Amino acid sequence: MRKVAIVGIGITKFGELWEMSYRSLAAEAGLKAVEDAGLSGDEIDALYGGTMTPGLFTDGQEHGGPLLADAAGLTGIPSTRIEAACASGGAALRQAYISVGSGINDIVVAGGVEKMTDVLTPSATFALMGAGDQKWEGFYGVTFPALYAMMARRHMYEYGTTEEQMALVAVKNHANGSKNSNTQYPFKVTLDQVMNSTPIADPIKLLDCSPITDGAAAVILASEDKAKELTDTPIYIESSGMATDTLALHDRKSLSRTDAAIKAGKDAYKLAGITHNDVDLAEVHDCFTIAEILAIEALGFCNIGEGGKFTEEGETEMGGKIPVNTSGGLKAKGHPVGATGIAQAVEITEQLRGEAKARQVDGAEIALTHNVGGSGATCVVHIFKRRN
Amino acid sequence: MAVKGLPASWRKIPQRYNLIGDECKTCGERFFPPVTICPNCRRTGSLERYKFSGEGEIFSYTVVRAAQEGFDFQIPYFLGIIKLKEGPLVISQIVDSDPEEIDIGKKVKTVFRKVREDGSDGVIRYGYKFILDR
Repeated sequence: MRKVAIVGIGITKFGELWEMSYRSLAAEAGLKAVEDAGLSGDEIDALYGGTMTPGLFTDGQEHGGPLLADAAGLTGIPSTRIEAACASGGAALRQAYISVGSGINDIVVAGGVEKMTDVLTPSATFALMGAGDQKWEGFYGVTFPALYAMMARRHMYEYGTTEEQMALVAVKNHANGSKNSNTQYPFKVTLDQVMNSTPIADPIKLLDCSPITDGAAAVILASEDKAKELTDTPIYIESSGMATDTLALHDRKSLSRTDAAIKAGKDAYKLAGITHNDVDLAEVHDCFTIAEILAIEALGFCNIGEGGKFTEEGETEMGGKIPVNTSGGLKAKGHPVGATGIAQAVEITEQLRGEAKARQVDGAEIALTHNVGGSGATCVVHIFKRRN
Repeated sequence: MAVKGLPASWRKIPQRYNLIGDECKTCGERFFPPVTICPNCRRTGSLERYKFSGEGEIFSYTVVRAAQEGFDFQIPYFLGIIKLKEGPLVISQIVDSDPEEIDIGKKVKTVFRKVREDGSDGVIRYGYKFILDR
């Protein structure tokens, strides 16, 4: 593997964007990234696009590879749709990284997009259930909040985690998101507001959930040589770890632990030659507040079972031991499923370039992204580094 | 949601009506839903159909208050992850039980129920649900 760096980033506004289509979102993010890298379209060798299910979320449209290339004015290049449910973006980033690292391509776009608000909420809930096991979970009326609720219930039972501790994840991420202009919900929420929000799947309440979101993000990856020609601030991808677990939650070894995330994290740390102690900040997959608690435990920032306490003690806040989800996370920023993994890399790149403004973690050198598909059946972890 | 044909439901009648899964004669582990290969033994495994007793206990649970399409008329409803007496965990609705009594560790048993239907003229799909066992 040769060294690979991010040389350009682009992201759209996240939200309920009635005036934007799947195609216009993808094109906007891609063009912003190409412009940020100072490239022209004909210098792009290939595209990997993370997208979960444009067919179910919009109008039956699949065949995402040419769809995305076409939308971005890049017809002709190899373009591949990558699907790993809510980890589609992270998985696309990994394929782009491997593609450049292997030497097959020099400059590659890794994009992610989802347009989720063209269908009504029950249909979106059904589409999202495709990230779980439709035959053995969805058939019986299982929803995603229900799966995470049963993980949360088990975590509470085994470790004494409280609903307040979970709610504090939302309070923190909204506080971070209030400083991010791309965010779907750029406002703060209080502990009382989260605790008193509408119950969705007990113990999960509305403000424990990430929203249904339209949005797209893209990053441009280049080989080290090309990267140095293109920018003074290349952000290196040090490693990529990916692991899978059973599709259905009930087939897992544990409901209160995410084994795919533990394995993906371990592999990524090992390949990068670092430990969790070296990480200055992390963007993790907080699709529900319990998911962030499971993530920080899986990545080793705290012990298994202590994520609630660690959160309550403020260790994941700005200025804490390990700032988590400085972007606002999926919770406040929004969660256009296919775009999320790439949006995480956009935030990390801004942070490591020192361009995160009010959200900047001072002196950030090493950062991590953690992107989950389904209830934990896929996990993709990337480690990024700034070099002087 | 696509309009579905019958074979996909018909194929799963043994599992969904009778809670039939697999037992691996090599390692002894029992599986529900059925598997096509033993994940422990892979090609050295030897799978045989196994009928579960339908008895178990609640391992985790929730109350669904926002449903996917087709379940809107049922909300709120209890879902549980049930640990079957014979080992495997299975996800299912918990019905006809006092909500105050539902908790981790409580004994449950299967009942046969309508699970969903595809609109007023569509196929009615049946399967297992669980009730508190007292």
